[in-house]
Amino acid sequence: MKIQQLSVFLENKPGQMAGVFDILGSNGVNIITMSTADTEQFGILRIITREWEKAKTVLEEGQFVVNLTPVVAIQVPHKPGGLSSILAIFQKQNINIEYMYAFPCAHTTEAVLIARFEDPDAAIKVVRESENFKALTEEDVFKEKKACEIQS
Amino acid sequence: MTQLATEQTIWDKNESLPREELEALQAKRLKEAVARVYQNVPFYTKKFDDLGISADDINSIEDVRKLPFTVKTDLRDNYPLDLLAVPREKLARLHASSGTTGKPTFAVFTQEDLDTWSDLCARFLYAGGLRKNQFAHVAFGYGLFTGGFGLHYGIERVGAGVIPAASGNTRRQISLLRDLNTETLICTPSYALNIAEVAREEGLDPAKDLPIKFGHFGGEPWTEDMREAIEAELGITAYNNYGLSEVLGPGVAGECPCRNGMHLQEDHFLFELVDPQTDEPVKPGEVGELIITNLTKQATTLLRYRTRDLCVIHEDVCDCGRTTRRMGRVIGRSDDMMIIRGVNVFPSQIEEALLSVEGTTPHYMIELDRPGNLDRVTVSVEIQPHMFSDKMTEMNMLKRAIDKEIRTITGIGVTLNLVQPQTLARFEGKAKRVIDNRFTKEELEK
Repeated sequence: MKIQQLSVFLENKPGQMAGVFDILGSNGVNIITMSTADTEQFGILRIITREWEKAKTVLEEGQFVVNLTPVVAIQVPHKPGGLSSILAIFQKQNINIEYMYAFPCAHTTEAVLIARFEDPDAAIKVVRESENFKALTEEDVFKEKKACEIQS
Repeated sequence: MTQLATEQTIWDKNESLPREELEALQAKRLKEAVARVYQNVPFYTKKFDDLGISADDINSIEDVRKLPFTVKTDLRDNYPLDLLAVPREKLARLHASSGTTGKPTFAVFTQEDLDTWSDLCARFLYAGGLRKNQFAHVAFGYGLFTGGFGLHYGIERVGAGVIPAASGNTRRQISLLRDLNTETLICTPSYALNIAEVAREEGLDPAKDLPIKFGHFGGEPWTEDMREAIEAELGITAYNNYGLSEVLGPGVAGECPCRNGMHLQEDHFLFELVDPQTDEPVKPGEVGELIITNLTKQATTLLRYRTRDLCVIHEDVCDCGRTTRRMGRVIGRSDDMMIIRGVNVFPSQIEEALLSVEGTTPHYMIELDRPGNLDRVTVSVEIQPHMFSDKMTEMNMLKRAIDKEIRTITGIGVTLNLVQPQTLARFEGKAKRVIDNRFTKEELEK
């Protein structure tokens, strides 16, 4: 149920982010969603893509440091309070989220939350036991996003 | 700017002995020193026995070349006190310099050594205008570092009032200088410029509003351009002095009012200048590595200590009346040691810190510059996959751990830069790990 996220180290200097997307673009890698975390000094780019294996190889060839990180994709209702209700469940079960980001799907009423947990298996179990939320498989996510692909 | 009448600046008659008399004294003291270490220091006993020499072979100052060199590693290998030339109970003071392995090397003194030290510092302080009716402000670190104490004793020996301000809190230093109407400032040259800058920030004109007339600066390399800047900024006469804790501390050499090189205290040390590659003496006027033999120091007597400092020695007679030779500014090192805010740091220490945090040594580069007249060290480290985490908290922890380890090992704070692999320059053969943008070779040689 876990899906792979690419985590890329970015030095804080002009052109670094562009460098990543140049490589991915020219290798035909499509990005479903992404987020960045940054400090004054460096950043971490997190990417979800179907072609993560190829993406990792080409980025490493381009001298980027890339890690694979297991994250959980959760389908949540795309409406006010959708996110807050799933967070309430995690809070109740004492499950910590390290970080998260989300993307809506243009032609559905659902959104997908990508979350990094200290204990992803525990998180998946909680989601499964809930009524309104669904933990997505890799296949689900990549099917889901068809309508809302981001061109890299 | 104040220029002193030169004839009134000599503290000690030994500074102006006729050369033959001085060299006879050196030869006599050298023979005594060699006999002393042969008898009391097993490290030297073994070296002499291996070379088949004894004090009987040392009859002139030229004979010093028969003796073995002593290097920094010898001091570390004999940690803590195996090089003592006197019984332990004779020690009156133990100072230390930072070491690359986390262990310091000790600089130790008998009461007699402390006395000599005071006199040698008094020589250059007196030459540079300090008199007993004045005050002198020491903004060097005290503690294990030799710098603060040596100057302190020199001031006391001259009979002036000493203000042991130590380092840090520049605003307070400025108000102390002003309130006490202090004549002499003692610190690193870069700190002198920093004092001027902070004074300006406070709305003062440092040349007018600070009472200081003389400055004695040392502990780090500096240039004639910096001297001009310090003199103009602070409205003082600035003097250079030289020393290292291995053989004494400050007081090994210092300028006279002519300021055309630092007078070597040849009655207490024997100085040689050698080509660091061949170990042969350099021709007169050429740059070489300064080699120092302790002639009088009792607690430890180092023979032919390799300072790794590169300089020239001026042999011509100085107008000041002193007969001692003079060393030029230190224009570089024959090893890769850096002097940062007066602290000696080796790239290997940075490497050791990275190794201890990471388990491997990533490719790294050290860059030195001096914004606002204070040394800044930027360490760039190429990140490796095993160091990288997708979690910001872990990345920040890594950064803090490296920062902390570098500070623990070197004693200095650095700016740590994590960079992508293969972005730092690579070198054929011996890696060049340090880029020093503080001054150019031309500026140092000027």
